[in-house]
This record gives sequence, structure tokens and C-alpha cells, in this order.
Amino acid sequence: MSETPEEPTGPRRVIGTPSPAPKAVDTPTESEQPAFSAEPENVRHAKNAERLVAALFVLAFLAGCGFIAAYIGLEIGTATIPPGANPVVAVLRSNLGLGISLSVALLALGTGSIIWVRHLTPNIEIAEERHELRSEPEERKAFQREFAEGAAISQVTRRPLVRRTLLLATAPLALAPLVLLRDLGPLPQTDLRHTVWRKGLRAVTLGGLRPLQPADISTPGSMITVIPEGYQDDDDALAKAGVILIKFGPDELHIPTNYDGGTLVSTMNWTVDNIVAYSKICTHVGCPVALYEQTTHHILCPCHQSTFDAANGANVIFGPAARALPQLPLMLDSAGYIAAASDFTQPVGPSFWERG
Amino acid sequence: MSSIISRRRHPAAGYAAVAGGLVVAGVLYGTFSGGGGASAAAPAQDSTQIAQGHSLFETSCSSCHGLDAQGTSQAPSLIGAGAAAVDFQMSTGRMPAKELGAENGRKPQTEFSQQQIYDIAGYIASLGGGPAIPTPEMVSANGANTALGSELFSANCSQCHGFAGAGGALTYGKSAPSLNASTPTQIYEAMLTGPEAMPVFGDGTVTPAEKRDIIAYITATRNEANPGGFSLGRTGTVTEGLLGWVGGLGFLVLIAMWLTAKRRDHVKGESEHQS
Repeated sequence: MSETPEEPTGPRRVIGTPSPAPKAVDTPTESEQPAFSAEPENVRHAKNAERLVAALFVLAFLAGCGFIAAYIGLEIGTATIPPGANPVVAVLRSNLGLGISLSVALLALGTGSIIWVRHLTPNIEIAEERHELRSEPEERKAFQREFAEGAAISQVTRRPLVRRTLLLATAPLALAPLVLLRDLGPLPQTDLRHTVWRKGLRAVTLGGLRPLQPADISTPGSMITVIPEGYQDDDDALAKAGVILIKFGPDELHIPTNYDGGTLVSTMNWTVDNIVAYSKICTHVGCPVALYEQTTHHILCPCHQSTFDAANGANVIFGPAARALPQLPLMLDSAGYIAAASDFTQPVGPSFWERG
Repeated sequence: MSSIISRRRHPAAGYAAVAGGLVVAGVLYGTFSGGGGASAAAPAQDSTQIAQGHSLFETSCSSCHGLDAQGTSQAPSLIGAGAAAVDFQMSTGRMPAKELGAENGRKPQTEFSQQQIYDIAGYIASLGGGPAIPTPEMVSANGANTALGSELFSANCSQCHGFAGAGGALTYGKSAPSLNASTPTQIYEAMLTGPEAMPVFGDGTVTPAEKRDIIAYITATRNEANPGGFSLGRTGTVTEGLLGWVGGLGFLVLIAMWLTAKRRDHVKGESEHQS
């Protein structure tokens, strides 16, 4: 098999006509006898393997029938669940039945096939030679000739007007996808830089929706998640407006009064009664960051362990976050409730391309 | 063909032993990891109890917290800490502390009876007020809004304790404990007093009714079925990813190695004539 058979030389074949007589590639050259013996080396071992494979295939058959039975029998629809029963349990039962039957069926099928191959088929090594990928020189020459003929017949080289207008005709179609990309969605405009927080907008607890007075959060070490009042059903607004309020003891909160290399602006007068408000969105990739430790004043992000020092302007003290958590300026409204004094003065959440 | 001893050198014997060991370990774990206990009745305050609490405090607590509970360099002042803080710290076994570490973990309370804990709590409360121990009605799940509790839990608790209260790691050796063993009273007291690194969720930010809702959610979650199959402790995606990558992928690698391994000659004597 290692020698390539002689190439049959005949008249040059014309494209579109049937190919000449098939090449004698697969014809056995030496003898009609198979190259291996189909008889097993050990009859008893082969018999055992055969029984095992058959048993596994029967098991796969039964499990496959079980899958169909589980699909039909273990309903999860509300109609078949008795009133008062937990629908989750029905889902659990259905998942378990479907999962176990299907995995047993596939596993038995696969295991049986592998045992078949490894224990029943004769242990012979077969090498299959690859032919050269490059075409024969005659065929390459013929192709070149036909290509040139075709080009001449089509007149594409002789009629530049037709050729160029054809290119012109296809150009808009090629450019169309670029234009269509525009409609994938509106540009964010300045949405990333602003939240719905504005001067006088009260902070209400997430879930309870109650506004807070400083007396409600009087114990140092208190923390609560708040959202802007009236936006509890506006997911677009809530995605950026989540805030945590943290109450500090006297002298625990360090209010920066100067610039620190341009990264830290003054937060003077942004707190109310030692209550400080930070964005709940990590400046790294935007995980909710509220693992506040009242003993160390660390705010930890659960995703990548960015750690912010809540007592010092939520500056980053560990982890991949690049910027401090934006702080929301607070004030008391006329009724004495905690409210925003303005929007955030910098974009909340992860950095983005044009953030600067 | 007869006894298991004669098959101990069988190729599958090693796998069978490992699988059997895993099953035994799983059954043992499931047997011994039980649920939490129940809480006793709320304390009644009178001067004799306070006196008894004072003497217990002097014997067992004052070496760290000071003779008048004013605090030392080792431990904080307890004046104003309140009865709820004492009951939480002592009923969960965190106090008396075993050693000074990053934090005190939950352990069985073996030194003090619940009545003695109430006595000490009464003494501490007499020093400077502070949050009181909630009554059984305040922590009862009857009529609580579990759905609102779920919302409040995911807004304020789940970041540290996990979505199902399984706990999680914090910074510098600290951790948020699992809530599975906590009694409703202990959960209420923890929210009220903010033990160790936990923030305080006072009645102004999380009202008593909302605390009850949160407790109802936590206790209801414990009995919830796991529609996906094994819960893996409900600690979340890290556990599941670890099992998927190490367990699942490792298993697939072993299968691939088995598939491509060179076939053994099963019967040495008969196969020798081939070569």
C-alpha cells in the first residue's frame, strides 16, 4: 500500500465530461484474504465481553424507555400538582427522573460501545497512507488554461465599463451592514454619567420603601441599602442608583479636605450626622458591593475582592478596582428625611472608554 | 467467582473502593450535620437575677471585659451593649471566647445554662440599657411575609451570608457565618446588635416586622428543595465551578486516558504465540 500506483495516462480530460476509468486504488493487490483473523484469541473472554455489552445495551434501552416514561409521567405543570404542594418539589422530581434516566442511557450506550471496541474487535494496527495534497502538474496546467479561456470568453477583461459598473453595483450592498449596525441600539449619550439622584430626592430603604431620618440610623456601625424614592419599579434607574448608607461613630469618619494627586476630591458637607452614602456598584466591573465590616470600615466586593475604606472616602485599599466608590452628597429635606443634595459628581460603576 | 477477597486485585477493585468510601463519607456527613436547636423562654428581670448575673460576670467575664464591664485593651466595653448582644454572643458559644483571634466562631455553649445567660444579660442591661432580647412572638414566622423577607435579605444580607445563608469569607481571616444553625432569636439579635464585623440593622432601618420577614425567609430556605440536584452546601458558584472543573473535567480526563490506553493482553499465556 505504500507505493502509489501508476497514474493512468490518457487524453486530457475536458471539464464536464465523465471522468476516465476509475483508478485502481482500493483493489487489494496481494490476496483476497482479509489481513486479520476475526476469531477471538480467547473465546471465553470474548463471550463474557459480548454478554456485558449486550447487558449494557439492554440497560440503555430500559433507561431510554424510562426517560420517555419520566417525561410523560412526572408532570411539572400546575394542573397536575395537588393544591398546597410545593411546585419546586415537582420540578426536582422531574429533573431527577429525566437526568438519571438520560445519563444512564447515554453512559450505558457509550460504555458498551467502548467495551465492544476494546474487547471484541481484533487488536490490529492499521496505517492509512495519505496521498499528496498538491495536484498533478498536468491538472494544474489544465486549470490555468481553462481559467484563462473562461476569462477571455466572459469578456471581463475586454469590457471595462461592464466590469466597473458591476463593482459599483455591489459596493452599496457590501457597505450596508455598516449602516445597519447603527440601529443595534441608541448610543448611551450621557446616560453613563448621570443617575436619577437629584437635589431633594429622598432615599428610601430597598424593600421596605421607607424614607429615613438620621434618628432611624443612629447606632454607629449601621448600614442599609437605599434607592431613590419613586423609582422602585424603574430598573433602568435602579441599575445605577443603588446606594448604601453607613453610620459612623464620632471621629471615625475622615472627611478629606484637600486634593490627593487629583484622585480624591473634597467631600466636605456631603454627610449628614456622620451618615455617609456610597454607590453600591463596584468601580471595577460593577458587582453590588456592600460587604461592610463595621469593625474595620472595609467595604469588600464579593466578585474580585476589591476593598474600599469607607472611613476614607471609600478609597481602594486592595484589589483590582481603580477608583474610589463615588460618594452621594447628602442633605436633610424640609421634613427632616435623608435626601440627596445632588446627583453623583462622577460616573458610577465601572470605567468606560470615554470616561476620561 | 466466590468471595470478595479473591477479587481484590481485579482492575475495578480500586475504583470500587474509592466509590464505596465516597458513599460512606456522604452518608456519615448527611447523618451528622443536623439542624439548629430551639430557644428558651425570654428572661424576666429582677434584682436577684441581676445580682446573680453580676457575680457570674465577675467570675467568668471580667478578666477581659473589666470588673465593671467598662472594657480593657483585650475586649470592648459592654456598657450599653444590651441584653440582646449578651444573649447572642453567649447562646451561640462565641463567649466566653476561646482565644483572641480574627473572630470568634460558633461553638456549643457548655459552661452556662440559658438561665445563667439571661442573668448576665440582665446585669449588662442594668448597666446602660441597650437592645433587649426579643420575645418569641417577635421572631415567630407565623404570618410573616417571606417574599418581602427574601427581597430584604438579598438587598442587605446576601452579600456576606450568601443567597441561602450559607456564609462566606470576608477580609483578613474574618468570615460571615452560615445561618443554618442560628435560631430565630439569634438572627434577630444579630441584626439588632451587629456582632463583630456585622453592621447594625436597627429598628429604624429594618423594622421589627421586616426582621420577622427576614427570619421567616432564612428558616424557610433551609427546608427548600434543590431543583438542580445536589446543593453542594448552597455556597454558590465557586463550589459548583470547583466541582465542575476538578471533578467533572477530571473524570472526563480519566475516561479519555482509559479510551486511549494501550490494550492489555488479558490472557498472557494464550497471547504469547502471536509475537
